[in-house]
Amino acid sequence: MINTFIGDLGHFSVILAFVAAVVAALSYFMASWKQPLGLEDANWKRLGRIAFYVHTVAVLGIIISLFNIIQNHRYEYHYAWSHSSNHLPTHFMISCFWEGQEGSFLLWIFWHTLLGLGIIWFNKKWEAPTMAVFAFVQFFLTSMILGVVIGDLKIGSSPFILLRDFMPDAPVFKLNPDFVPKDGTGLNPLLQNYWMVIHPPTLFLGFAATLVPFAFAVAGLWKGEFTKWVKPALPWALFAGLVLGVGTMMGAYWAYETLNFGGYWNWDPVENAVYIPWLVLVAAIHTLLIYRRSKAGLHVSFVLVMVSFLLILYATFLTRSGILGNASVHSFTDLGLSGQLFTYMAAFVVLASALLVWRWKKIPATEKELTTYNSEFWVFIGAVVLCLGAFQVLFTTSIPVYNAFMGFIGIKTNLALPADQIAHYTKFQLWMGVGIAVLSGVAQLMWWQKNDKARLSNALAVPAILTLLFVSLILVLGRLGVGPKIDNPVYIVLLLVAFFAVFANLGMIFTLVKRKAVLTGGAVAHIGVALMLIGILYSSGYSTIVSQNTSGLLYSRDFPEEINRDNVLLFRNNPIEMGKYKLTYEGQFMEVDDFPEYVNKESLFRLALDEHRALARTDLKYKDKVYFKTGDTVSITPENTYYKIVYLEKGTGKTFTLYPRAQINEEMGFLASPDIKNGLTSDLYTHVSAVMNNEEEREWSELKEHNVAIGDTLFLNDYVAVLKGIEPVRKVEGIQLGEKDVAVQADLKIFGENKEYHGHPLFVIKDNMVGRIPDEIEDLGLRLTFMSIDTENNRFTIGVNTTQKDYVILKAMEKPIINLLWIGTMVMSLGFIMAIFRRSGEGKAENITTGKGANQQRSGEKKQVAKV
Amino acid sequence: MKKTHIIGIAVIAIAIAIIITTAGDASSYVSFKEARELAQEGNTTPVHVVGRLKKDANNHIVGMQYDPRIDPNYFTFTLVDTNRVEQQVVYYNNKPQDFERSEQVVIIGKMQQDKFVADKILLKCPSKYVENEIKTESAGL
Repeated sequence: MINTFIGDLGHFSVILAFVAAVVAALSYFMASWKQPLGLEDANWKRLGRIAFYVHTVAVLGIIISLFNIIQNHRYEYHYAWSHSSNHLPTHFMISCFWEGQEGSFLLWIFWHTLLGLGIIWFNKKWEAPTMAVFAFVQFFLTSMILGVVIGDLKIGSSPFILLRDFMPDAPVFKLNPDFVPKDGTGLNPLLQNYWMVIHPPTLFLGFAATLVPFAFAVAGLWKGEFTKWVKPALPWALFAGLVLGVGTMMGAYWAYETLNFGGYWNWDPVENAVYIPWLVLVAAIHTLLIYRRSKAGLHVSFVLVMVSFLLILYATFLTRSGILGNASVHSFTDLGLSGQLFTYMAAFVVLASALLVWRWKKIPATEKELTTYNSEFWVFIGAVVLCLGAFQVLFTTSIPVYNAFMGFIGIKTNLALPADQIAHYTKFQLWMGVGIAVLSGVAQLMWWQKNDKARLSNALAVPAILTLLFVSLILVLGRLGVGPKIDNPVYIVLLLVAFFAVFANLGMIFTLVKRKAVLTGGAVAHIGVALMLIGILYSSGYSTIVSQNTSGLLYSRDFPEEINRDNVLLFRNNPIEMGKYKLTYEGQFMEVDDFPEYVNKESLFRLALDEHRALARTDLKYKDKVYFKTGDTVSITPENTYYKIVYLEKGTGKTFTLYPRAQINEEMGFLASPDIKNGLTSDLYTHVSAVMNNEEEREWSELKEHNVAIGDTLFLNDYVAVLKGIEPVRKVEGIQLGEKDVAVQADLKIFGENKEYHGHPLFVIKDNMVGRIPDEIEDLGLRLTFMSIDTENNRFTIGVNTTQKDYVILKAMEKPIINLLWIGTMVMSLGFIMAIFRRSGEGKAENITTGKGANQQRSGEKKQVAKV
Repeated sequence: MKKTHIIGIAVIAIAIAIIITTAGDASSYVSFKEARELAQEGNTTPVHVVGRLKKDANNHIVGMQYDPRIDPNYFTFTLVDTNRVEQQVVYYNNKPQDFERSEQVVIIGKMQQDKFVADKILLKCPSKYVENEIKTESAGL
């Protein structure tokens, strides 16, 4: 039965949210119009606030309706049908919510409402002008999910569209307009990963958070409060920088764990689109700090804060308008919103530039020139380096946009992204990393002291000496074979400056901790960045392919010298030597619900009627505890197959097992995910590149019959087998045996390469009809059929088919010191959090002096600290 | 000259350097005819070619060969570019996932002798994220 109520409720909420956003934007605008900050028209402001509350409630209504549709499997709705399915666990239903474009817009809208409420409650003085900006943004975003068609103009794409309205031409709806599909088409299997539950909300919170400093900057320009906006905006900018950075790295970790391009960062436009605004935002944070310290750099701060938000809009436009076309592997589908997205972006670019131009001359600037002994000067240079780095990525990522633009004005261009993107980006980004590492060390040392030549060289001496000693040690160890041997001079430079940044900032932490621990946020964040740089240098620069093809078998020798032959073929149970390892592929495994290990496919009897269930063929035991008995029904995840690869380390004799995954999915084809052996000093990363295609390649040979007696020996596909006996069977899986029915099974023992196998083909007489249930031994590529029984002579006929032996194509690589990248990310985040605490503490101190405070003494303390 | 001016000039200089280098690194979309001409001129920069897989009347892919049992790092297929020019393409890697299902193939690489050696293959599968058909199984009324 089609439930139209929930969709109508959702759609009504969308319209209400849209209208309320318009009312809120207008009211807040009117409240603030021609009024100085803090003296807004109270009636308009109240109306604006009420409208924003209504908007927030309506947004919650949309979310609840959409989630209800997904959670209750209401497949009459296109959104549930195309993003969910019956067998999806609840936590992945949350991912369904934002798999589609509409849901991800909704997520973004939702974060804006929360942040807006935060401003209404905690930044009352700035409420009217900043919330006017917020509500204006919400007006654009809610219009994206409006789903209204006026004539030829389509405004937004509604998540509440019924399946029958989405595809009115489908024949099934002509027959029965009330048809509801029984199951959805499911969530993209690559997104069925716990990181995908948390990564998108984090990233969108980061997107949303950049709006706050932007709104403060706009309010500052508009109200002529050119300096006061900095203080409340700074903690928000830090918060946005933290969340956006963490969100990006979560995406990187997901890619490392789930995709199989062999790394965490691919310079894909979708990744770059977030990296660019993050760099600019971090630069903006630094110029805001310069302003707080020496009243310089206010113009730049305005520009950078505004640009970082505009770049978020540009990122949205890039990834969602379909403009990237062939350039990205994972872009959203074009919902026909390009025009709307472009309008949204253009509106804010025009608004921001107009405000800046109008007020530019009035923004105060300092006359005094910064000298090279001012730490602010070097922080400023650092911000410049970050911006140049951002510009470089932006310029290359936008190449598809140039083509589209030229096409728009009628010129055909054929510009493509660089063929080797990694080399192209590394060429610049590496030097940006070098610049940042040096400057973060030097500027941090200078920031906390008065500088002249002598004091500066004193401060620099200790970290510089430590760096030289440490890096020399690493280089020597590399030559001795401990860790990778580093001989690329560019990499040595990066290593030097990264260690310098670590030591310089670490030294600063020791000095500052005595004064006040919370001051060390900046130094901690810088150490995090330096550690990330070292992690990237090793894991990417010295990643080695373990799975070099050493078999000597080559298809063609046309251009052998320049080709990396990175894949090896592993036949089941045939060990292969690979570097310092000996690998064996030991079969296909599956996940069984409520069982701690993967289970061999051979122990599971798949049910034809329900692909999500299977019968256990043996007891499923783990550590002496029997979880399932033979014949029990177990729940499985049918699309995931795990390929058991046993690694034997030749030197030490240690073994470990990896289970790289492949998903064979009707909708998406073959998808491989790696399995990673995490080590302290390096990760071993393994994925299957291809597997034997069961339907196409598994051609069985013609049946060959063997007439044998008990105890006789047979030769099957090069293996020796013995017929051990014939035994009656009372229970046959899937068949109801009556009183007069008979079932017997042959017990064949086959001697494989490493172990013995038992084959049990069945011979059944049910209702006087003969049935044969063959038994397959996948390891050996054998299928045994119990053909007939000659009761007079006590001889039995066993039919044998043989097939291609199971194999996988495997790629494995080693990634040294990759853990430093993840540790560095955590350290950087910690630094951000400390800085947020410190800077929001300052904001509170300000509030207290205006008469709203609680603890006078503490605020006094903070102020002193701020003056340091 | 003030320091800000020096910084300004340096920034502009670096920005110009970035633009020039990017223009140099940028590849281009070409046809097989142009790719062959470039190779004959001795130009070895990789190019992008967009095309479709060669298919026979029954919609079976023609000219594709991948036998991992012999060499898992050798994959060859025939691509037809937008001007309907056919070309054998060699890819010294495993066959990309989902290759047969792709609607459009973008290859990045260069002509070497009579073969196009691809360094990278990008696939465009239109069915990947949108389903516009209800499968007949689910439509069992």
